[in-house]
This record gives sequence, C-alpha cells and structure tokens, in this order.
Amino acid sequence: MTAIDFQSAPVEAAPVFDWRLLLKRLGPLVGFAFVFGLFSVLRPRLFLSYGNLQIMLLQTAVVGTAALGMTMIIIAGGIDLSPGSNIALTTVVIAVLLQWNWPPFWAALGGIFVATLVGLLIGALVIGRFGEVASGILGIGTFLVLSEYFTFPLAVAIPAAVVLLILCMLASWRFLPRVPISSFIVTLGLWGSIRGVAEQVGGNSTVYPPHATWLNELLLTPTGDHWWWILPIGVWMTIVLAIIVALALRYTKFGRHIFAIGSNEQTARLCGVNLNWTKLLIYTIAAVFVGIAGVLQFSYLTMGDPTTAFGLELNIIAAVVIGGASLNGGEGSVFGSMIGALMMTAVANGCTKMGWQNSVELMVTGGIIIIAVWLDGLRHQRAG
Amino acid sequence: MTFSHNVPIPSSSPRLLMQGVRKRFGATLALGGVDFSVQPGQVMALVGENGAGKSTLMKVLSGAHAPDEGRMWLDGQPYAPRNPLEARRAGVAMIYQELSLARHLTVAENILLGVEPGRGPLMDWGSARKTAADAMRQLGRPDIPVDVPVGRLSIASQQLVEIGRAIAVGCRVLVLDEPTSSLTSRDIELLFDLVRRLKSRGISIIYISHFLEEVKEVSEVFTVLRDGRSVGSGVTADTPTEKIISLMVGRDVEDLYPRSNRTRGEELLRVENLAGDPKPLAASLSLHRGEVVGIAGLVGAGRTELLRTIFGLEAVRDGTIRIGSYFGPASPRRRWAQSMGMVSEDRKTEGLALRLSIADNTTLSKLIGLGPAGLVFPSRQQAASAKWIQRMGIKCRSAGQPVGDLSGGNQQKVAIARLLHHDVDVLLLDEPTRGIDVGSKAQIYRLIDELAGGDASTGRKPRAILMVSSYLPELMGVCDRIAVMCRGRLGLARPVAQTSEHQIMTEATGAAESTCAPDAPGAPGQPATIGVSE
Repeated sequence: MTAIDFQSAPVEAAPVFDWRLLLKRLGPLVGFAFVFGLFSVLRPRLFLSYGNLQIMLLQTAVVGTAALGMTMIIIAGGIDLSPGSNIALTTVVIAVLLQWNWPPFWAALGGIFVATLVGLLIGALVIGRFGEVASGILGIGTFLVLSEYFTFPLAVAIPAAVVLLILCMLASWRFLPRVPISSFIVTLGLWGSIRGVAEQVGGNSTVYPPHATWLNELLLTPTGDHWWWILPIGVWMTIVLAIIVALALRYTKFGRHIFAIGSNEQTARLCGVNLNWTKLLIYTIAAVFVGIAGVLQFSYLTMGDPTTAFGLELNIIAAVVIGGASLNGGEGSVFGSMIGALMMTAVANGCTKMGWQNSVELMVTGGIIIIAVWLDGLRHQRAG
Repeated sequence: MTFSHNVPIPSSSPRLLMQGVRKRFGATLALGGVDFSVQPGQVMALVGENGAGKSTLMKVLSGAHAPDEGRMWLDGQPYAPRNPLEARRAGVAMIYQELSLARHLTVAENILLGVEPGRGPLMDWGSARKTAADAMRQLGRPDIPVDVPVGRLSIASQQLVEIGRAIAVGCRVLVLDEPTSSLTSRDIELLFDLVRRLKSRGISIIYISHFLEEVKEVSEVFTVLRDGRSVGSGVTADTPTEKIISLMVGRDVEDLYPRSNRTRGEELLRVENLAGDPKPLAASLSLHRGEVVGIAGLVGAGRTELLRTIFGLEAVRDGTIRIGSYFGPASPRRRWAQSMGMVSEDRKTEGLALRLSIADNTTLSKLIGLGPAGLVFPSRQQAASAKWIQRMGIKCRSAGQPVGDLSGGNQQKVAIARLLHHDVDVLLLDEPTRGIDVGSKAQIYRLIDELAGGDASTGRKPRAILMVSSYLPELMGVCDRIAVMCRGRLGLARPVAQTSEHQIMTEATGAAESTCAPDAPGAPGQPATIGVSE
C-alpha cells in the first residue's frame, strides 16, 4: 500500500435526488389524503362541506399547537405526558384571572405563564435539578401558607419565603448530587399533580368568567368586517407558530442541537452542545405552546375546567408519531406532526359523520395510529 | 510456522482442531487462514497484539461468527455451530472479559439460563439448585450460595459463576478471554488454581491474555496470531518471553506512513500529575505544535480515560491541564473553544450521530458562519462539509446522506472531518484507525502527517496531535514521540528513534521491571482492567 492521493479519490459530491427523503416527508400526507378521500367518497355532502372543513381545522388547532412542543421534545428523545393536565390548568388560571378582573390579554398571558412554569419544572427535573425544584416549591408553599392561612402582610411573607428558598437552594447545592430523571417518569408524575393543582385553583369545579371577552372568539369563524380572514384567528395562530417552529428546527443552532441530542446524546456532548441548557429550553418552550393551546381550549370552552383535555396528551403524541417522528429521538418534523393532528381530527370527524358510535371511533383511531407507525417502520426496513 | 515442530503430538486425536479458518468483514481480512489445535486437558495460550484476530477466532469457535472458509472438529467430530447456544450445547464455553451474567437473577438461575431443567413449562427448582451447587462444588467454591442474585457477589465470584455455567452443561473446551483483567492478584492465584483443577478433569482450556507472565505461569503450549494468521506455536516452558514478543510484533513497517519535515513549535498542551477517577494515575505529558505524540498500551490501561479527562468528558480528580495559556475548568464546550477537538474511540455510540447526515455530523461542534444572523442554513452546512468530503475522499451519495449508511472507514473520516471543519490546533485521536480498511488507514496516516506538517500554501500553522492506538506499527510509523501507559500509569514520552516495538510491548505487558507490576506501590487495590478488543 503506497501513499494515497486525496484529491484523486472518487467522489460523487453532486447531490442526487433522494426519493427516500421525499417519501419520508410525503408519507404522512399520503396517509392523510387516503383517510380524507375515503370519508369524502363515503359522505361527500356532510364531510366535504365548507362548514365541516372549518370545524375540522378548529378541532385541530388545540392538538396542533400543543403538538409543536411535543415534536421538539420527541425529536430530542424525550416524551411529555403532561400537556392534557397543563391545558386544563391554563384554562382554569385564565378563568380565575378574568374573575379577578384582569384584562383578557393579560389573563391569557398569565395562563401561558403558569403553563411555562410547569415546563420549566419538567425540564429542571429531567436534567437533575431536583434540589432547586424542591426549594422553589417550598418557597412558594411557605409564601402561600404565610399570606393566605396566617394572613401575614406581604412585606413579611415574601422575605420569609425568599430566605427559606435561598437556604434550601444552598443546602441542595451543598448536599444533593444531581440525578437526572427520565422525562416519562417526570411527566407521568406531573400528569396527576398538575390536574390536582388545577382542581385546587378552580375550587374543585368549573370556573366561569364574569362576562364574555374576545378570548371566546379566537375559534369563531370571522364574519362581518373581518370575513376576509376566512379562518378563525386561533387557526391562523397555529399555522404561524407551526411555520416559526419548523424554521427554527431547520435553521437555528438550537434546532440542530435538538436533532443532535435526540439522535445521539453522547455525540452532542462530545461536540460541546450544552445538554442541560438545551433540554431545559426545549421543555420550557414546549410548555409555552401548551399554554397557547390552553388559551385556545379556553376559547372553545368559554370557561375554566379542571377536567378538560383529559387524555389529550395521547392524541398529541399520536399526532407527532403519525407524522413520522421516532420515539427513539432524532427524527420528526413539524409538517408531519401537523398532518398527523389533521389526520386524528379527520378520523374522529369522519366517524361521526358516518354515524358510527364513539366505540367504533375509538377502535378506528387506535388502528390508524398503529398502522401509520407500522408503515413507517416498513419503509425504514426497506431503506436500511 | 516457526515452532510447530516443537509441539508434542500425542497419539490421541485433538480435542479441538481448526484448519484454514478465514473470515472477512467487508474490506478487512480478520482471519487469513488460521490453524489451531488443542489437546484434551491442555492449557493453550492464545496470544497476539490487539487486532491480531484472537477475538474473531474465538467468535468463530463459539458460533457467534460463521467462518468464510475452513473447518473445525471437536473430538474428531465435524463441528460447525450456527450460534453460541449450539456451541455451548456441544461443549464449547466462552468466558469473556465482560461477564455476561444477568445481575438480577440468582446464581442458580444464571448457571442454568437457557438449559433450565423442568417438566414441560414448569421449572424444576430442586434439580436446578442441585445442579448449580454441584457446579460450584466442582469449582472448589461450595461456599458461594446459589440463591443470591449475582449482582451482590464480587467480580471474582461472578467470574466463577460464569465458569460454573460452563461446567454445568458439561463443557469440553473452555475459553478464558482476558480473565484476570478485573481481578486482584490474590484472585488471580485462585483462578490459576482453578484452571489447573479443570485441566486435571480433562477440560481443554484456551487462555487469552496480554500478560505474558500469566501465560508463562498457567499455560503448557501457546499459539501466536498476527494479522489474522497463526505465525507460530510452541511449548511455553521452552520458549523465552522475548521470542514470543518478537513473534507477536515481527513485521516490517511498510511504506504506509509518510513523514514530511515537521518543525516542533510552541507548547500547546501541558498535563501535569493528572489523575482521574479511577484512571489515569498522575499522568504528565507535553504536546507541541507540529508534533504527533502517541500513547501505547493495552486496552484498559487508561489511555482512553486520559484523553477523555483532558477533553473534559471525565472529571479531573487531581493535577492540572494547560492548553496554551488557559488553566481552569474543563468541558467539551470549552475545549472546542480553546481550539481542541477529539475523535472518540467509539464511533457508533459516541463519535457520530449515525442517523444524522454527514453535513450535520461534520458541522455540529461549530454551527457558526453558516448563515446570516447566527442562523444555520442546511445548504451552507452541506457546502461546508462537501469540501471535506472532497478533500478526504469520503465515499457517499451526498453530504445529506446519513452517516450510518457509510462504511467504517468513511464514517471515521467524517469524525475526523469535524475537527478539520472546526479548524482545531490540538487533535486528540482515540484509536483513529480501529476497524477500518487499509486504504482508509493510509489516508488517515497521510492526513495526520499533513496536519502535523502545516500547509505552506495556505499559511495554516502545523497542528499538534495526541493519538492513542493499540496498533504498534501505526504508532511507530506516525508518531514523533511515544509514551507507554500501563495500569493507569503513563510513562515518559520517548522519541520514536529511541524505542522499539519490542520495548513498548515489554513495558505495556508489564513484563518490564517497572511501576506497572500489578502490586506496584502506589496502586493498592487498583487493579487495572486490561483486555482486548478487536
């Protein structure tokens, strides 16, 4: 073996048309077209009407928005079981804030803020910051007990809570090792806890805002002066957010790091990606989208309901997985997830339009999830 | 076949006979026609450098790989196991250095795993315990309880359980692959006693070890593998250690290693008394611009840990690392910023994200300058990596192709391309040519030489390279200086001209009177885990 000339080595650098990539992108779309076409043929009048198409978009908005965050999390190799509960909490918080006479905009923002705190909590636990989380909860708890139960003035309650928080934080840094917890377990635990918080905040019942606000109109078909909007503003929000997330995943460092972490966390670490910071950011940003989904859900319900969106997280995960994401991480796309969300809606809506019972709808939906992922696996095997 | 005439040929047929075994993995010829035989009740040592083909040969023997050519006989019967279970049932058992026990199952459950006694679907626990207790008694350790989860036993006891598993199914050939790697010297003595006991029961033992003093103590005969061929065998007691080493090494350096004029520049990396947890132990080292320093040693000596500690992937227990003028905390992120990059020894689980594209893998550590306003444009990523695909001759369809589709050699080039894309000054290369074809190896050797030499046409200064390799000829060919690491201790880096493969091998195997002996002061209770991996 003599020296080898690098330059003369055979290289086919010209990009070749990659049909596999195209199939991957279009796979969920083909599935959606099939389901959509099937119901269109079977019930053309009912299913394909302008009104029904609009309703389907509305029904997709909540799941679709929450699926944006779930897409990021699943690509990074994690999972989130808390969105259903978190959406319920958001609706309750908004309703309560409206009862306190906050302006609608700020009430909605308050709801999103609380949802985001939940995301921060999940992220912190996933990266092993148990001590910090416990200290934070203890601090808030102390404040609530002092101010609400013992009716201390804020000037006493706040400093006392802050001092306790700092002491606990210092103690945890000194004594507690950092133990990461899997996102499945963290969010399985919070799945119940957050709904409990929602019920507590809502006083164990639905919370009615004192009067109707424009928040109730986010998912209404525009009429009058705004007819040219065509779609409800909530649907537009989902579409715009989806485009932003899709671009961010593709064109930012943060987005590339998400794929790298999900594909191989060790490699990401070797390449200097800040794993903890990135993960914390992923769960926090995902929770912002859950909060926005909560605002849409509130708009749909026109009240705060601690029992709403029960099990919705499974629809959200299903949408992302139907869209071609891998639960092993490293794969997934916003476009796919949105198609997946539409598919879930189309199946549910189509079954209703067929006059099928809810039991049939459940069976069909379950079957479609499994078939979609099986087809995806089949394609992988062929390719690999 | 230097020594084959020395092997006593008994009248009876051999327990195990392997003839003309060949095995090829892609472009790599792992076994190029091996002849091997063991007599009943004989302890045969199988020695050779890392990559010589020992593991592959044993995998063929144990049914994990099917040979491309060649035949095997067990006690005169043709033997061609299709999988490890068949081999085990035929009486061929392997004890790997990484024990393969189910930690949560009990001793008895482990011993009878896969061959559980019972009636129909029901497990016969009484008979299982009895068989397991019998096996442990035969090993001279009836004191090990059979109802305890093996995870609670010491490593040495776990190894006994694994050997017990082999005994329980009536094994005729027992392969011990680096069995002393994680044992203390007392446990090693006990193991040797056990080997003699098994031998007296007529079991043939194939003993694989890098430590020649162990080979001298425990084996009767030996076979040396080199480059996938059996190059010699003989009676251990009649053969000086020196002779065995030269059989293991004996190879001319081919024209594989170009060497341009290198000018040694300023010091870029200085490591002083670096200690990790548990390895390395007080390592000191200096690396200058325009030089390639190699670290030789056996797998498990702590070489990988040394590189990982320098790169901030493992915690520093003691000592200092200085990069240029920088002291301070280490993390991979900081190291990249300090113009240092690392190629991991484990491409698949750490080095590369196999499902991501070549472009993503190449640019991951430095996603800047690939678009306006800090954005990352995939087209720019692909353009950036296309340059390295061209330069390094990476065979692929496009820069967007997943790295997992490529051959090992091309994958490794992608891992190295990441360092070049980042344009680092200090390259840490851990086994950069492991498991790749000779053509890719030659390209990588040439690349290393170019990097150490600098590029006059572009004005790129020479870089500094710290390289770990288990393949001695490669270190001798590529490096300016070589330091030997043994059981966590790093020796002095000596110029290549002042050392030899023979001497390095002697130091690395602990055959030399050095700090490296198992019971050397300063390393109490710190048995180095030494082993092979090919």
